[in-house]
Amino acid sequence: MSSTTNDNLARASRRRFLQGSTAAVGGAVLGAGTSAAADADNLPPNIPEWMKAPGEPMGSQPYGTPSPFGKNVVKNISPNLKQYISASGRTPLQELDGIITPNGLFYERHHGGVPTIDPAQHRLMLHGLVERPLVFTMDDLRRFPSESHIYFLECSGNPVYTKPYGKTASDLVGLLSCAEWTGVSLKLVLQEAGLKPEAKWVVAEGADAAALTRSIPIEKCLDDAMLVYSQNGERLRPQQGYPVRLLLPGFEGNMNVKWLRRLHVTAEPIYSREETSKYTDLMPDGSAREFSFYMEAKSIITRPSGGQRLTTKGFQEITGIAWSGHGKIARVEVSVDGGKSWQDAQLQEPVLTRALTRFRLPWRWDGQPAVIQSRAIDETGYVQPTLAELLAVRGENHFYHNNAIWPWRIAADGEVTNAQA
Amino acid sequence: MRRRELWSVAVAIMVSAWVTGAQAQSPYGIGRPATPAEIAGWNIDIGRDGSNLPEGRGTVSHGREVFDQQCAACHGEKGEGGVGDRLVGGQGTLGTAKPIRTVGSYCPYATTLFDYIRRAMPQNAPQSLSNDDVYAVSAYLLSLNGLVGADGTLDAKSLAAIKMPNRDGFVGDARPDVK
Repeated sequence: MSSTTNDNLARASRRRFLQGSTAAVGGAVLGAGTSAAADADNLPPNIPEWMKAPGEPMGSQPYGTPSPFGKNVVKNISPNLKQYISASGRTPLQELDGIITPNGLFYERHHGGVPTIDPAQHRLMLHGLVERPLVFTMDDLRRFPSESHIYFLECSGNPVYTKPYGKTASDLVGLLSCAEWTGVSLKLVLQEAGLKPEAKWVVAEGADAAALTRSIPIEKCLDDAMLVYSQNGERLRPQQGYPVRLLLPGFEGNMNVKWLRRLHVTAEPIYSREETSKYTDLMPDGSAREFSFYMEAKSIITRPSGGQRLTTKGFQEITGIAWSGHGKIARVEVSVDGGKSWQDAQLQEPVLTRALTRFRLPWRWDGQPAVIQSRAIDETGYVQPTLAELLAVRGENHFYHNNAIWPWRIAADGEVTNAQA
Repeated sequence: MRRRELWSVAVAIMVSAWVTGAQAQSPYGIGRPATPAEIAGWNIDIGRDGSNLPEGRGTVSHGREVFDQQCAACHGEKGEGGVGDRLVGGQGTLGTAKPIRTVGSYCPYATTLFDYIRRAMPQNAPQSLSNDDVYAVSAYLLSLNGLVGADGTLDAKSLAAIKMPNRDGFVGDARPDVK
């Protein structure tokens, strides 16, 4: 029975292969100047070709991938990086809808490449100022009561303060993504070991080639911090810390240590390289801010946005995303007149704490040049600032935590570009 | 007799409450104890006071040899930078229009240098250098920055004693800083 099924599958597969190659050859020939005619064959009143033969059989993709017509929607990875071991790749924000980032498009930042870790050989050690130092297997971690939450994650250098500025929403703030995370509350795991009274920080270390290390204040560890093993329903991708990562809602990305292998409870920070030489910010007077954990409120219009083109006057929905490391988004205001006036955008439910919030504004483009922009206001009342306001306080040697408003210029021909560039 | 029974019940309740209390500290009974040897093998965190620095020592001259072989390809022959970060110079530039952030000008603690080299460098073979070699490379880099003599040697005590020029240069998070 199963061998008959296999034979049938094999025949179907051969047939599909032959059909596919014929179509490809035909397409290539038609492509030389007659593609419009080929398109018309599939348009009304004709019956499109994909209705005239069965489609791909069940099992042709054991793990589904996007349509071949969506093959350009991929991570935005610069071809000119100095190196690709300690590097980042961006989410194509302007191509996405809603608030959830597909796992394959989730932004990446690694400091020592992406390790390949066998979960059966992975261990999490919890030691330091605890009553009972412990070692956990992945099975152990999955035995704890689990919880799931939707949170954004954002790199602190997203974007930098100085030119050249990026062309697209992804170039500017694509080191940002949002997912539903499942794991165990870090508080439960710490309580399992028993914290000593002098415990004030937890030093987290990754099992990557950078053994990346960050110190986390104990208050955060006992609040909403999680040890996460699943993302959007499936196990973490290797790029996101498989088999287990730290998740610190609203805190800068690099603190959410991936491939987590050690939690060292201490009385003071460890002053690792990633919290002294990196991820600190120079002020104009030469001092430097350290331990800048929170990602402040921010928003960006993703449609229309840089690199896109409006093809016609008339109705255009303006849409984008807003987020705050300090809680929920209370309001998003949109200006379509270069910042002279602002109006409230509609917020798409759900509006969640420390998650992306989708906003929308119905708009009619009159065909004239315009500058559009959004600004977020979070539940603390904080208002997203302009780049000029940030630079006035922080100066141009600041590198991280740029949460400026970013305006887009729409030209008379509909081309959308970065208005700050 | 009855009074005696009551007393033993009371004791039983107290004992059971005590046991329950102990369990409440470890509510799920998940995980196994980490042994001191396991912790010692994995814990490579160095405190800013030098705590947990290993035994060993290294000279500037040996550090130069190790640096030439293991580090110079990315960081430049004299630590001037390349694919890897610049490591030398820049003291006095942090408050200028073109700040140069290096080990010597920016890093607040010399212990961090040891910690980072040991855990993450060289990039193609991290945790491959001996402790002596890490002391030596640290000594060489600090000598290039004028913080250790050209004939110097570093060990746990002398490394922890170095006061980096920018030790007091860091301030806390002052945000929200734009109203």
